[in-house]
Amino acid sequence: MLEIKNLHAKVDNKEILRGIDLTVNAGEIHAVMGPNASGKSTLAHVLAGREAYEVTAGEVRYEGKDLLTMSPEDRAREGIFLAFQYPVEIPGVSTAYFLKAGLNAIRKHRGLEELDAMDFLTLVKEKMKLVEMDQSLLNRPINEGFSGGEKKRNEIFQMAVLDPKLTILDETDSGLDIDALRIVANGVNALRSNDRAMIVITHYQRLLNYIVPDYVHVLFDGRIVKSGGKALALELEEKGYDWIKAKAESAQRMFA
Amino acid sequence: MVEISKELENYLSDFERFEKNGAVKGPSWVHQIRKAAFARFAALGFPTTRHEEWKYTSVAPIVRVRFQPAAYELGGLTAARLARVTLGEGTCAQLVFVNGCYSRELSFFWSLPEGVKAGSLAAALYADPAGVEPYLARYASYQDHPFVALNTAFMEDGAFVYIPQGKIVEEPIHLLFVSTARGQSTVSYPRNLIVVGNDSQATIVESYVGLGNEVYFTDVVSEILAGENTVLAHYKLEQEGEEAFHIATLQTHLDRNCNFSSHSIALGGALVRNDVNAVLEGEGSECTLNGFYMVTGRQHVDNHTRIDHVKPHCSSRELYKGVLDGRSRGVFNGKIYVHRAAQKTDAKQTNKNLLLSEDAVINTKPQLEIYADDVKCTHGSTIGQLDQDAIFYLRSRGIGLEAARSLLTYAFASEMISQIKVEPIRAQLDNLLMTRLQNGSHAKDTL
Repeated sequence: MLEIKNLHAKVDNKEILRGIDLTVNAGEIHAVMGPNASGKSTLAHVLAGREAYEVTAGEVRYEGKDLLTMSPEDRAREGIFLAFQYPVEIPGVSTAYFLKAGLNAIRKHRGLEELDAMDFLTLVKEKMKLVEMDQSLLNRPINEGFSGGEKKRNEIFQMAVLDPKLTILDETDSGLDIDALRIVANGVNALRSNDRAMIVITHYQRLLNYIVPDYVHVLFDGRIVKSGGKALALELEEKGYDWIKAKAESAQRMFA
Repeated sequence: MVEISKELENYLSDFERFEKNGAVKGPSWVHQIRKAAFARFAALGFPTTRHEEWKYTSVAPIVRVRFQPAAYELGGLTAARLARVTLGEGTCAQLVFVNGCYSRELSFFWSLPEGVKAGSLAAALYADPAGVEPYLARYASYQDHPFVALNTAFMEDGAFVYIPQGKIVEEPIHLLFVSTARGQSTVSYPRNLIVVGNDSQATIVESYVGLGNEVYFTDVVSEILAGENTVLAHYKLEQEGEEAFHIATLQTHLDRNCNFSSHSIALGGALVRNDVNAVLEGEGSECTLNGFYMVTGRQHVDNHTRIDHVKPHCSSRELYKGVLDGRSRGVFNGKIYVHRAAQKTDAKQTNKNLLLSEDAVINTKPQLEIYADDVKCTHGSTIGQLDQDAIFYLRSRGIGLEAARSLLTYAFASEMISQIKVEPIRAQLDNLLMTRLQNGSHAKDTL
């Protein structure tokens, strides 16, 4: 589904991603872990099409297509969903109508009929249950005055409504208490299927107790320095990132 | 007559001709006021950008044009053609002025409560000058403002609305000013006088519409006198033609315990200047000044407001929002003047601007002058572009770039639209916004 080859990216002239290789197949969940400033969020934003991030080398193919030439909205329409680490507050635009606009743009792109207000409401009510979200949030401006937990649940709710093929969760667990974490994880797990894939970006192993990955990758200094099964996450939890850092640095010395 | 500079000569000859015209002569006190106002105008001359109040607005384009006095001319204007800008059946009276002159054909009166008068100022000056004399030109000072002086010198027609004590006028009274200027540059000087008695309630809507692309100039002054305990809403919807000049002053004086709101919307015209002044002369009044401007191309819009807190225990809330695109320029100058006696004043002023292009410019200046010591006054102004994070967020959900921009622009404006309580105005403004925004209809569906 997704093939990342030798991806390099810059922000403000600083190289953040320095050669990422990652292949994600349908039905798989990949966890990407790493210390702060290792490039995790940059990877998420580059995949979603954020213009501030400049890709300097490498390629990304999504379902055989060149992802990097697609606009953010086309990526969304093609089935990519980014759950933001910091969801944006947008005063004056209600959650319900914004989501309806997004959903219908995506449906139109896929050759499906646009949903009218009634059908949309039915769908939305069903998906809200999934993340135990209060219906009153629908009529409030997007994320405005939402608590941290409400914002994250709103992301998962949007994901459920938009029905993506590839989901990227960017530190969706950070700042959540255990109840909120469980709700978010349940929402994500409900969407697990053989034709969907997920990239779960996280700093902590905790989330992976609830969303069990097939693969774990450790990102350090803009590169994936170690990959393995879910046991790797536990090892990281035990030994901390310093262990990875030390290994990566000694590897660098070897190549130097 | 006074010594006069060259650029004013045409105005002098127009004024001399105007004075000799027996049809507009009116009572002698009006004649005296006009003469004094013209003398003042001649002494002041047109303002330049060296004047503090005109620092960012050059009226040179107005000074350059030789305007002919506008005359009543329907020029094919019919009630049907006006339908787009009227408030439909939701009004109790619609007074139409064509090039500044009252139109009997196009005006109608639906359900004015007994004792409420709404009609032409020229007619009132003829039929009942004593009913007008205590108010007309007594409040909008022509001492410092050249365009108020000019309007006062040439005042002849406009609306006169009189609401006696204790009347509730539920539906709006609509004053609709239409310019049909064609073939030559014309100037009109509409003059409105609105007097609201104690304990009354009313909604007044002024709208200004240009039907063509001619250069014309509207120099308007409206005076509002609100008695004790009145509830008064004033709306102004300015949609002059794209080559038009529009300079307006709204002068409002409030007695005690009033609730006054002004909603000033500026969309059209090449050069627009709006002065909105409210004087809180009694205790316990609440005053709301709202404004919205949206300009593009080479349009210039200048909003000047002044709230005078003269007496204690009054509150004022002011919010002006602007959207500027193209090479347009905007000016906001909001003064709050708290007089020595006005203890317990609670004033809040906000100006927010959204710049949609690299070349649009806004000059915003809040001014607080406070001479009382127990008051709460705040002000703030912001200038910003569309939030890139918000645009990316919307796009990441499948919404296209242009639709996302329109959606956010509309969201910025919607705060002002939602405060408009007269449904047809809200609908009109909504439609105008939609047509101005690319993919606007999409944004409308979305919100």
